[in-house]
Amino acid sequence: MKKSNSRRSFLKNISLASASALALSGCSLKELEKFFQKNFRTLSEKEKKQLIEDLEAEYKEKYHKEFHLSDKPAIDGTLFGYALDISRCIGCRKCVYACVEENNQSREPQIHWIQVLQMEKEKGIDFVHSDVHYNPETVPEEGHFYLPVQCQQCRTPQCTTVCPVKATWQEPDGIVVVDYNWCIGCRYCMAACPYGARHFNWGKPEIPEEEINTEMHYLGNRPRMKGVVEKCTFCIQRVREGRYPACVEICPVGARKFGNLLDPNSEIRYILENKRVLVLKEELNTQPKFYYFFGV
Amino acid sequence: MNFIRFVKGSIQLFFRGTKTYYAWLLFLFVLIVWGAGGYAGQLRDGLITTNMRDSVSWAFYIGNFTFLVGVAAAAVMLVIPAYIYNWKPIKEIVIFGELLAVCAVIMSIAFIVVDIGNPMRFWHMLPILGTMNFPYSMLSWDFFFLLAYLIINFVVVSHLLYAIFYKKEYRKKMVLTIVFISIPMAVGIHTVTAFLYNALPARPFWNSALLAPRFLASAFCSGPAILLILFQILRKITNFEIKDEAIWRIAELMVYAMFIYLFFTIAELFKEFYSGTQHLLYWKYLLFGIGDNKELVPYSWLSIGMGFAAFILFLIPKTRKNFVTLNIGTVLIYSSVYVEKGIALIIPGFTPDVLGQIYVYTPSMTEIRTAVLIFSLGSLLFTFLVKVAIAIIFENYNIGSIRGKEESVRIQA
Repeated sequence: MKKSNSRRSFLKNISLASASALALSGCSLKELEKFFQKNFRTLSEKEKKQLIEDLEAEYKEKYHKEFHLSDKPAIDGTLFGYALDISRCIGCRKCVYACVEENNQSREPQIHWIQVLQMEKEKGIDFVHSDVHYNPETVPEEGHFYLPVQCQQCRTPQCTTVCPVKATWQEPDGIVVVDYNWCIGCRYCMAACPYGARHFNWGKPEIPEEEINTEMHYLGNRPRMKGVVEKCTFCIQRVREGRYPACVEICPVGARKFGNLLDPNSEIRYILENKRVLVLKEELNTQPKFYYFFGV
Repeated sequence: MNFIRFVKGSIQLFFRGTKTYYAWLLFLFVLIVWGAGGYAGQLRDGLITTNMRDSVSWAFYIGNFTFLVGVAAAAVMLVIPAYIYNWKPIKEIVIFGELLAVCAVIMSIAFIVVDIGNPMRFWHMLPILGTMNFPYSMLSWDFFFLLAYLIINFVVVSHLLYAIFYKKEYRKKMVLTIVFISIPMAVGIHTVTAFLYNALPARPFWNSALLAPRFLASAFCSGPAILLILFQILRKITNFEIKDEAIWRIAELMVYAMFIYLFFTIAELFKEFYSGTQHLLYWKYLLFGIGDNKELVPYSWLSIGMGFAAFILFLIPKTRKNFVTLNIGTVLIYSSVYVEKGIALIIPGFTPDVLGQIYVYTPSMTEIRTAVLIFSLGSLLFTFLVKVAIAIIFENYNIGSIRGKEESVRIQA
């Protein structure tokens, strides 16, 4: 008698314990669904559509605005390339902040996809003697030049190779993207990137409601969560609609050029043919699609 | 039913012991509570509670992970000399070595879990369920090697203990085969862990072919150290018979490992300092500091100093064969490798960072507390496992004893 009693109470305890565990974790059905959400690249069109609708509703609830979340795929015949004129850049960092606003980077803690390095003219491109925290009254400073660095959109990216879960990959138009809902936050890609282009959400990202950009792409500037990696996507939400990246538009000296490498009449092709270009750390064989040149 | 009785009996064993044993449990318990408080903060606020940032994106946690993989590897490799030199209690050496390996692997995986930003998404790494990036990502290799190693060791050790417990003959052929598989696996887990860092051309500090050999050599210094101490304790409190000669031989093998490690490191340093390229910077930061940034210098020289002292103590036969100096040397070499793997391996790989900037990293209180949590939980698990193993092997805790007890309880009732 006693034995069966204790067994019953044991079962009761178990069910109680699991129910309270569920309640404690606040496990609503939606959250469970989110937990089991698959890698973006394995989703069917229908699942994608549903996911986008859910996310738009979620963002609306959080930021009280209408959002447009796109999952537009790469356009055939495009391979995006970028060129930056080192001789024009004055180091004003306008691109850094335009990027933050366009791409909904966290304001607190701050995340910047573009790092502008101040370099000494006498030393040439020399990372060790460069300074990312320069802070004079006015730029450019005497004897210095500036080298903005962001994702170099490598043709053979090492960051995607090392990812243990295939949460990051190169799209057919050459843009390296991250599925924020799939990234486990191991940061192996950050160790592998030779350009410091990947950034981690160490804390909960905060974006003021009035500053959020409502034009979004699933693989680009939608709000990120704590504990995932993010990076420059050439403003995937803009360039797939035929617009320029925000950093290209904002640059006050026209140092930033962007275009389709497969289009022989594009400005980027003109630069490759008529200027002498270089890429950073070419010895690592990353083959960037981000070129630097000296326009004047 | 027997199994439930076995578990019950084993749990009862956990609470039986001397005052020293209880003091040890209390000590671990205090550390676990203190450590859990730190980790709770990290779970709530994210990894921002650590001192890691974009520049130094891996640090103390991953260092500890690496160290523990070394411990796990070396614990099993000790079977080779035990077999070759025909030390009498080879079965016991296998059992305790593999128990240590099991605990060390669990702890190393725990360090990965606390390091990742979304531990709940760990299942994304699995095949079929998730999208594992195999064979491209070294991390998925590492995860699988560790998991396989954990399973293999667990199977062997539980089979051996099970057999003794039920007074049956263990399956010698199967055990021997698996043990012989687990030895190259031990080399494998540490090699793959080295390749994790090694294969990153973005980080010149690790991008040296000597990294994996240095890992193995240093693991052979730190791993046996724990067993050396454990064997001495076992010899005191049980009728475990391991001769002085066997212990000295382990120490002697550790000297060889230290010498090989020293040689590899000197070869590495020669290449770096003689060529004097910009890649020297990382070693400079580690050993001398860059400008005013000398944060790692005390750690690196502490590790070097302790390593050298242990090397001398183990090298001279007189101090090697004196148990006081031997044990001092054991603690020194263990600590030396711990500081080397925990601090001196990972952080200089990121300082200066890929864009030449220096971000000064030292572990935050959260990181230290979380590490204490994992180490004390691991020690608790190891203590319990060893306790059960001792009871089964030396104290005649077997199927008869649990049956007999229940009978007597029934009679009393």
